[in-house]
Amino acid sequence: MGRALEGKNMTKLSKDEAQALINDVLEVYPAKAREDRAKHLDFADGGDGGESQKCVTSNRKSLPGVMTIRGCAYAGSKGVVWGPIKDMIHISHGPVGCGQYSRAGRRNYYIGTTGVDSFGTMNFTSDFQEKDIVFGGDKKLAKLIGELDQLFPLNRGISVQSECPIGLIGDDIEAVSKSSSREINKPVVPVRCEGFRGVSQSLGHHIANDSIRDYVFDREDGGSGPEPGPYDVAILGDYNIGGDAWSSRILLEEMGLRVVAQWSGDGTLAEMEQTPKVKLNLLHCYRSMNYISRHMEEKYGIPWIEYNFFGPTKIAESLRKIASYFDDSIKEGAEKVIARYQPMMQAVIDKYKPRLEGKKVMLYVGGLRPRHVIGAYEDLGMEVVGTGYEFGHKDDYQRTNEHVNNATLIYDDVTGFEFEEFVKRVKPDLVGSGVKEKYIFQKMGVPFRQMHSWDYSGPYHGYDGFAIFAKDMDMTLNNPCWGSIIPPWKQAGETEQAAVA
Amino acid sequence: MALRQAAIYGKGGIGKSTTTQNLVAALAEMGKNVMIVGCDPKADSTRLILHSKAQTTVMNLAAEAGSVEDLELEDVMAVGYGDVKCVESGGPEPGVGCAGRGVITAINFLEEEGAYDEDLDFVFYDVLGDVVCGGFAMPIRENKAQEIYIVVSGEMMAMFAANNISKGIVKYANSGGVRLAGLICNSRNTDCEDELIEALASRLGTTMIHFVPRDNVVQHAEIRRMTCIEYDPKAKQSDEYRTLAKKVLENQHFVVPTPLEMDELEELLMEFGILEEEDESIVGKKADEAVA
Repeated sequence: MGRALEGKNMTKLSKDEAQALINDVLEVYPAKAREDRAKHLDFADGGDGGESQKCVTSNRKSLPGVMTIRGCAYAGSKGVVWGPIKDMIHISHGPVGCGQYSRAGRRNYYIGTTGVDSFGTMNFTSDFQEKDIVFGGDKKLAKLIGELDQLFPLNRGISVQSECPIGLIGDDIEAVSKSSSREINKPVVPVRCEGFRGVSQSLGHHIANDSIRDYVFDREDGGSGPEPGPYDVAILGDYNIGGDAWSSRILLEEMGLRVVAQWSGDGTLAEMEQTPKVKLNLLHCYRSMNYISRHMEEKYGIPWIEYNFFGPTKIAESLRKIASYFDDSIKEGAEKVIARYQPMMQAVIDKYKPRLEGKKVMLYVGGLRPRHVIGAYEDLGMEVVGTGYEFGHKDDYQRTNEHVNNATLIYDDVTGFEFEEFVKRVKPDLVGSGVKEKYIFQKMGVPFRQMHSWDYSGPYHGYDGFAIFAKDMDMTLNNPCWGSIIPPWKQAGETEQAAVA
Repeated sequence: MALRQAAIYGKGGIGKSTTTQNLVAALAEMGKNVMIVGCDPKADSTRLILHSKAQTTVMNLAAEAGSVEDLELEDVMAVGYGDVKCVESGGPEPGVGCAGRGVITAINFLEEEGAYDEDLDFVFYDVLGDVVCGGFAMPIRENKAQEIYIVVSGEMMAMFAANNISKGIVKYANSGGVRLAGLICNSRNTDCEDELIEALASRLGTTMIHFVPRDNVVQHAEIRRMTCIEYDPKAKQSDEYRTLAKKVLENQHFVVPTPLEMDELEELLMEFGILEEEDESIVGKKADEAVA
């Protein structure tokens, strides 16, 4: 520790400095932990101007004893994939805590009347007691499903989200789901997303995707909907945080496409059932929904593409990429959309770029954002100097390479200690991560934005979202409050100077 | 005398419950205050003492009442032959829920409610055949049973089970005070049974505390939901159980067992002609290959 990297207008780290920094941070670990964590930390290195080929180790069990920021399989299924399907009731099957403490926390906006035809912000739980563990929760689950259907008759279906004990005691939720489904004449989907499965929320996404495949697509009486059209697309992996999916779909519709389904933000069971008939699947969060996209490609021959609606540069690229799958009318439509919004975006950039240019950002988030938001920052003249995934896999890091410059720090499943040390040493102007990190960095005097929930703002997707994104970054970074807080390294610097004097 | 807590383990169907209840009846006959805690969802550990089909269990009562906190000790405890106190932990029907958790909950309840009162001389835990999970090891955790008796016979699988249970005891012996107190041979009339079990016991570092011969009077008593001691006190078999009780009472040989490796156990069985020497040349060969 203690390599002097001080400097008032320090630019980005050099590769040597990045490696030295990683080595320094690893130094405090015991040998075995150091060996493990070293595989998860790296920096982008494109050699002489080429694309970085780096790929850190990922999707491995977190080290015991460190502060990891990850979630669990239940979080991946109930919190991410299934939870936002608004017209279904999602039962948190097990003790009360998992459902209650994850209730309404993810800002998946939806249209509907909560408690009547939509249930997104409600918590339904089988509230396990000791006797349910000992004697099994299957009878209680069956009763619960019957009662729910009576109390909320406009629900379109039910999913059973398994908490840890379900897997331990071997509750046969599949059998209950099958018989209850017959009884209420609606789909009842058992999801084996017990929290102890896998190393992060990522396995929960996969399990949830598989349950959609098995219990939604293959349902006999499912899938009656509008007649399929030539321009039908589905948005997959947009969870409508703060309205993201809405500011995305208007662009697709404006260019002439028909968005027949939105997964799963503001989504419905009928939309999911309709999806195997679309012409193209548009995948935003690759990590959480690539499984079902690949399945639809294989089984129904539907192509899918990953798109990026953060910042005008990436939006224009993505709109053109999407249009390339359709005829000229759509291609023209895409150009018209890009042209129409271009002056508005220029106005946003003209306003905020002078206030944000040259600022450095460090990110640590999940899903798609560690790579997707980089373009939006670059549109504002900012630079992402460090990024990492909570639960990414190898393919995520491969897909990141094209977005990062030389010596950008890459950190997988970063520990609380590593993240703090990186920030202390790299001294970014802004950190973007989650609520657990927020107050740590703010107390360190570092401007911070929550990049999971958009810090209660949003949407950030699409052209409309970019205007809000730019405003939020400026509001955070240039907030006068930061002048009232002295970050620890500046305090240390002053002490050193005093000592010298 | 100070309270002694003992747990009876052994392969399923070996006669743990029958042996335990007859042993307990003999101790009661000697004037000892004894409690039996059945740790098996089948709840058949107390039927010979209570003359009942199956005692209402802690977990069943708790499920009816809402939770175990709603129960009182007298709700779950029954008193039978020789003033023996009887409790069954109970649990789910086969195939659902978690029977192990039921054992944990029931034993915690008994402790909290003060079932282990000062007048008691003995508590016997009669535990489900295999220690399949942490719940069924509950009786041998710290501050519970200090002495373990393993019921065994000269049959190979019973001996394998005894060895496995010893492995479990080693684990808990290191963290708590639990010790192996001996093997009880419940005879199946196999060849050289007593010598074999004595040999096994000595390998495990313990003793065969008693050889209980096979006698039909036990079955006659069982049909009447009685222990042999109560049904026919003058029977020779009743004296066998009395001898066992006396030996248990006087037992001071508590050890951390030295379980055998699989090879050693097989060697022992071969020595007594129970297991034949393995022909390594036939391993993995299909029928047609063997012919060729």
